[in-house]
Amino acid sequence: MPTATFRIWRGDITGGKFCDYRTDVAEGMVVLDAIHRVQAEQVPDLAVRWNCKAGKCGSCSAEVNGMPRLMCMTRMNQLPIDAPITVEPMRAFPLIKDLVTDVSSNYRAKQRITPFKPRPPDAADGTWRMAQEDVDRIQEFRKCIECFLCQDVCHVLREHRLHEQFIGPRLLVHVAALEMHPLDIESRAEELRTVHGVGYCNITKCCTKVCPESITITDNAIIPLKERVVDECYDPLTKLFRIFRPARAPEAPG
Amino acid sequence: MAEYQTHEHDVLVIGAGGAGLRAAIEASAAGVSVGLICKSLLGKAHTVMAEGGVAAALANVDERDGWQVHFADTMRGGQYVNNWRMAELHAKEAPGGVHELEAWGALFDRTSDGRILQRHFGGHKYPRLAHVGDRTGLEMIRTLQDHAIHRGITVYMEHTILTLLEDGERVVGAFGYDSERGFFHLFHARAVVLTTGGIGRAYKITSNSWEYTGDGQALAYHAGAELVDMEFVQFHPTGMVWPPSVCGILVTEGVRGEGGVLRNKEGRRFMFDDIPELYRQQTADSEEEGWRYTQGDRDARRPPELLTRDHVARCIVREIKAGRGSPHGGVYLDISWIKGKLPSAAERIKKKLPSMYHQFKQLADIDITAEPMEVGPTTHYMMGGVRVDAESQMSTTPGLFAAGECAAGLHGANRLGGNSLSDLLVFGKRAGAYAARFATAHGFGQVRTDQVETAARRALAAFDGDGRPGGAESPYRVQHDLQELMQNRVGIVRREDEMVHARDGIARLRERATRVRVEGNRQYNAGWHTALVLDNLLTVSEAITCAALERRESRGAHFREDHPGKDASAGAFNLVVRKGPDDEMQVRRQPIPEMRPDLKRIVEEMK
Repeated sequence: MPTATFRIWRGDITGGKFCDYRTDVAEGMVVLDAIHRVQAEQVPDLAVRWNCKAGKCGSCSAEVNGMPRLMCMTRMNQLPIDAPITVEPMRAFPLIKDLVTDVSSNYRAKQRITPFKPRPPDAADGTWRMAQEDVDRIQEFRKCIECFLCQDVCHVLREHRLHEQFIGPRLLVHVAALEMHPLDIESRAEELRTVHGVGYCNITKCCTKVCPESITITDNAIIPLKERVVDECYDPLTKLFRIFRPARAPEAPG
Repeated sequence: MAEYQTHEHDVLVIGAGGAGLRAAIEASAAGVSVGLICKSLLGKAHTVMAEGGVAAALANVDERDGWQVHFADTMRGGQYVNNWRMAELHAKEAPGGVHELEAWGALFDRTSDGRILQRHFGGHKYPRLAHVGDRTGLEMIRTLQDHAIHRGITVYMEHTILTLLEDGERVVGAFGYDSERGFFHLFHARAVVLTTGGIGRAYKITSNSWEYTGDGQALAYHAGAELVDMEFVQFHPTGMVWPPSVCGILVTEGVRGEGGVLRNKEGRRFMFDDIPELYRQQTADSEEEGWRYTQGDRDARRPPELLTRDHVARCIVREIKAGRGSPHGGVYLDISWIKGKLPSAAERIKKKLPSMYHQFKQLADIDITAEPMEVGPTTHYMMGGVRVDAESQMSTTPGLFAAGECAAGLHGANRLGGNSLSDLLVFGKRAGAYAARFATAHGFGQVRTDQVETAARRALAAFDGDGRPGGAESPYRVQHDLQELMQNRVGIVRREDEMVHARDGIARLRERATRVRVEGNRQYNAGWHTALVLDNLLTVSEAITCAALERRESRGAHFREDHPGKDASAGAFNLVVRKGPDDEMQVRRQPIPEMRPDLKRIVEEMK
């Protein structure tokens, strides 16, 4: 059986380093299998987050040979095993231990987004009618498994650490799903600009490239949201109209 | 003295999959304070894995459907040992549960007139499963999660409960720890709801993630509550078998619902070879009729691939044992054959089964639109669990409720596909509502410090395991050996001598578990975690084995090679497992109450 060397990041908030572990590579194996094998045979307290092992829950995100990946969907035969395979935690988030990071900022950001609110039911029995094509339009966004790999590569979060000012691609996809939901009647344009920091995104499309669900994040979600913000907040006619209206609640700082 | 942080909630919900989220939402709607504990991050629970759909008699696709038909289907699927009152409530309330989800933002596929579309599934007479492609579970858990986070519920992510706290008869809280730091936490509550899911990790081949270690069942058992139907473990007929690293990962029944067929290595549709009497009237005579059924022909009867899961799993095992299996020890599941029937078959498969397409392409290098898949049975679902009152979901221990997979009753001897998602909506909601009501009527009980101290001491014992007689054990090793034992001795086909062997084996593993030693510190320590759930796995494994030994007949998911027939007298009772006065496991027969005459009439009419 061939073997491979895994260069795994080990450490916690106080610091850490890469450590090498050799393990067997069986047919069809994925990186997460190798990590589990190392854990069961060599480093019982190695910290790794995982659940479904089928690419559906988005728990086992990490950087494999420098690429943000789901470890459960990264097959060993896609990686050269003549050199050590590096496995390290997502660098955009604070480290907890080894391969596990603190992704709680994403959960906090979601809580700040105005929730779904449907129009009144269409039928007397309290149900709605929707066309399949209207549903299809946002299915792409609803496929998101919240692996946060898009957040990991977003330079606004990764380099500039603006987790509290910018909700990031995952949550912009969430807002897009709400805004384009056939039943939703809320408008989130103002909060996108003032609270969620949509303006920070400068469309480098790194997020789209790493999405394991192949969601066209930038083109289908973020750009339409930016256009919506422009239409609703910066349209000259609307602006003029606003000037002649009594002031409303003060805006949150941008 | 152990150090711990104390939290106080009117209702504490343990487990944050679909049932837990639904219970938490309902309890908080009743105006009480709610704490929600997830073993993982929020939204990662096993509900995300559910693919096919949620069963509810909406009658959008076939107006002949109704709660009565759904009720009769559920009872027939469960071989009539279900809690019939639960089956009735479930059939009546599932449509409301689905509509509620839609009002919270869930988007299901639509009919041409804009209503919720429904698909065929095994054991359901009419197309009944509301779905979103093959990722219905994700849609449901995300909807519940996104709704719950705005309801003032306190969420404890990556926390694990070690024990329930008792005050006399009553449960008054729980004690556990967080993964991130390994600190202890005491949750003081007026009512506790268990929604911890299943037991799949007691077996080697399973579709379940690491979380499904029978925590709720074991916690309830140790708190004096009764378990029921523990002999009924569902082996889903179609899990992946190759490559080894993905063995057990689920292949949705939706593949067969869309026209996929099972063949052995000789190319034979072996499911036509054995059709149970109970289903003969409803099953297609020819391959052609089966195909027409999957394409919506209302006069056609279902193909035998869509018989109940217990039966399909056994037929697959039969083919494999007879040497007619595929190269990697499975059989073939083929959806690509529909190319000959439909012009745009490949597109249709990708549209209807996108995640299956993705899963096989990425993990096995197989294009399911062009070639057959290899599949075999995988441990999937626990019909048994905490014995609860049908209306309130309260266990036999006051203040302790259970819902979803960790509760029992609805599914009897075998669950129909799609009934788990409706189960968690209907009974998650009920458990939340009744727990809130209990919390309003009762004060906080008294926490016994000795119980907390014992739990903390036991939890830390694995760190100082040096010098124990017999030498140190690895938690991974013990867990692995238990999985092998259960897989080989208490699996799909069971026999008395093998199960006696398993029972002795479990006792030996229990002894080894006391010698488990873990390394490192308490922070995010996977080895420590594995050690701490060993007791739960051992408890549920023992309960499964004891109940399976006691049921000397074959019924639903429980198949005894030494008692291959169904025994009418055994259909009159459920098996109840509880902890005896000397900590020994007791099994007793609990007569099933006489079914209400109106329900009996429905069952007779639909036979």
